[in-house]
Amino acid sequence: MPESPSGKPPVIEARGIGKRYGSVIALSDISTVVAEGSVACVLGDNGAGKSTFIKILAGAHAHSEGELLIDGTPTTFGSPREALAAGIATVYQDLAVVPLMPVWRNFFLGSEATRGVGPLKRLDVRFMKQTTKSELAAMGIDLRDVEQPIGTLSGGERQCVAIARAVYFGARVLILDEPTAALGVKQSGVVLRYIAKARDRGLGVVFITHNPHHAYPVGDRFIVLRRGRSMGDFPKSEITLEELTGMMAGGGELADLAHELERTMGDSQVVEDLKADVL
Amino acid sequence: MATATPTADERIAQSSSLGRVLKRPESGAIVAAVVIFVYFAATTTAFATAAGSSTWLRGASTIGIMAVAVALLMIGGEFDLSAGAMTGFTGLVVGVLTTEYGLNIWVAMLVSLVLALVIGAVNGVMVMRTGLPSFIVTLGTFFVLQGIDLAGTKVLIDQVAIQGMARVPYYDQPHGFFGRAFDIGGGHIFVSVFWWVAVTAVATWVLLRTRVGNWIFSVGGAQVSARQVGVPVFRTKVGLFMTTAGAGWLVGMLLLFSTSTVQANTGVGQEFIYIICAVVGGCLLTGGYGSAIGAAFGALIYGMVNQGIIYSGWDNNWLKAFLGAMLLGAVLLNEWVRRQAGAAR
Repeated sequence: MPESPSGKPPVIEARGIGKRYGSVIALSDISTVVAEGSVACVLGDNGAGKSTFIKILAGAHAHSEGELLIDGTPTTFGSPREALAAGIATVYQDLAVVPLMPVWRNFFLGSEATRGVGPLKRLDVRFMKQTTKSELAAMGIDLRDVEQPIGTLSGGERQCVAIARAVYFGARVLILDEPTAALGVKQSGVVLRYIAKARDRGLGVVFITHNPHHAYPVGDRFIVLRRGRSMGDFPKSEITLEELTGMMAGGGELADLAHELERTMGDSQVVEDLKADVL
Repeated sequence: MATATPTADERIAQSSSLGRVLKRPESGAIVAAVVIFVYFAATTTAFATAAGSSTWLRGASTIGIMAVAVALLMIGGEFDLSAGAMTGFTGLVVGVLTTEYGLNIWVAMLVSLVLALVIGAVNGVMVMRTGLPSFIVTLGTFFVLQGIDLAGTKVLIDQVAIQGMARVPYYDQPHGFFGRAFDIGGGHIFVSVFWWVAVTAVATWVLLRTRVGNWIFSVGGAQVSARQVGVPVFRTKVGLFMTTAGAGWLVGMLLLFSTSTVQANTGVGQEFIYIICAVVGGCLLTGGYGSAIGAAFGALIYGMVNQGIIYSGWDNNWLKAFLGAMLLGAVLLNEWVRRQAGAAR
């Protein structure tokens, strides 16, 4: 297991964790470390086990094998609320925002700031608007008006609001579920810059993606999942973008596929492309 | 995004404040109400007098209380088709318990309120537990209530209307809260009008300035998201159904004590009027957007047209055609506003 340089245990450490649903093994023997101020990227194709892995970290499912250490203490989360209390916040793909509500109401939804007591207890509107504006500004998002419905923001901006919200409410570790999946190149860049900013503020980030080109520039470690198994857990120094891409694409399996297609289809363009990809 | 960064003030000045006012959900209803008032005030002699306006205010008030409650529920993403029958049911319970069984009138009112809240809670729990559309669930409760109102009343008191309510002991006490009228400037303003204003004010406060209001918008706008960020979705929705039922009780009491009788079919058919008023007031049928003030103005429009048609000497069935046209116009307007709010990139 990789040790933490400061001597402080990492926020999250997974030791051979796995998950079975009845007789189905969704995930087995995954180990990694998420330290503060670092980005751990979880890569894998559809069905590789990424969602099962984050659901365990986020407290939505309990793991059935191995050990999950939070600040060095073995833990099993019973609910997302427990994970949240431990400082682990998850930003799901749907972002958990309400499109027709203003940005500031979305920012504080479920954790509204109030003032006054009894029947006069009311929303502290001014505080919430100011906080929303300044928190977003601190992360480099300059909104014209926090009163606008969040549905009017671009996909990247909404993603960033959701992340800023998690940061403001005390997250130490952010789990980002495919934050760039539905975004164009430019918007993805916005989100990646934002991830780097969160890391610089000292947060641990678990960045789930199927795109190695998005993961490599911001990641410190890379966990590649395939069919519920870990293909390895690499620090950035031990892997190049090309190796990562090859591993993602399926490496050996893809080469096998190329051979098989060659037999049945001859030297078609598809096979040529596939070969080029594998090499 | 933060590419070029002009100062915030410059850019805010560009968005027109008039445009912003027009995008409020209730704007359409307020403009329409003014136009309709001016029209009937100009074309009929009785409409704008103190006596005339107290008549249409009374009609608008009970509809308005229900429309505001239904608007909250619709913003929360649900319907309640049993709301109309509830106004009759609660009045009948009080009437039967007091005139037939001699129960103390305040106790009877309390029993009626508890029954209403229980039915509201049952509506809410059924909708949340089964995941069925509230349209279907409350259509069921609507017919059950309607049946109980008609058949139950006949079985218990052998009649289809409550008789002798005014002779019940202590009748004057609740009558003072729910049935009296004030002579103001030659008009005869029923207390229900003040209840209407109060309910609208409280609902607006709750919607815009409390945590619960935030939760109501969120459960109607995106229920899954709301749950993910910790909004108590179940409690919020059940609470909304209970609020609608509670409003049904209030209106039941207002109708009972202002007329000192209640018919077994009271309120049946009104449930759609409430929904129309809420939609005219800016509520989206899909939830997540709307206003309590808008619904109150929707009810005001209903009350004014209802009475204005009579003052004008037209066949009052035109009211139905007018309501239908208003509803269609409002739905189109609301959809346009929603697209403005939700689709821009």
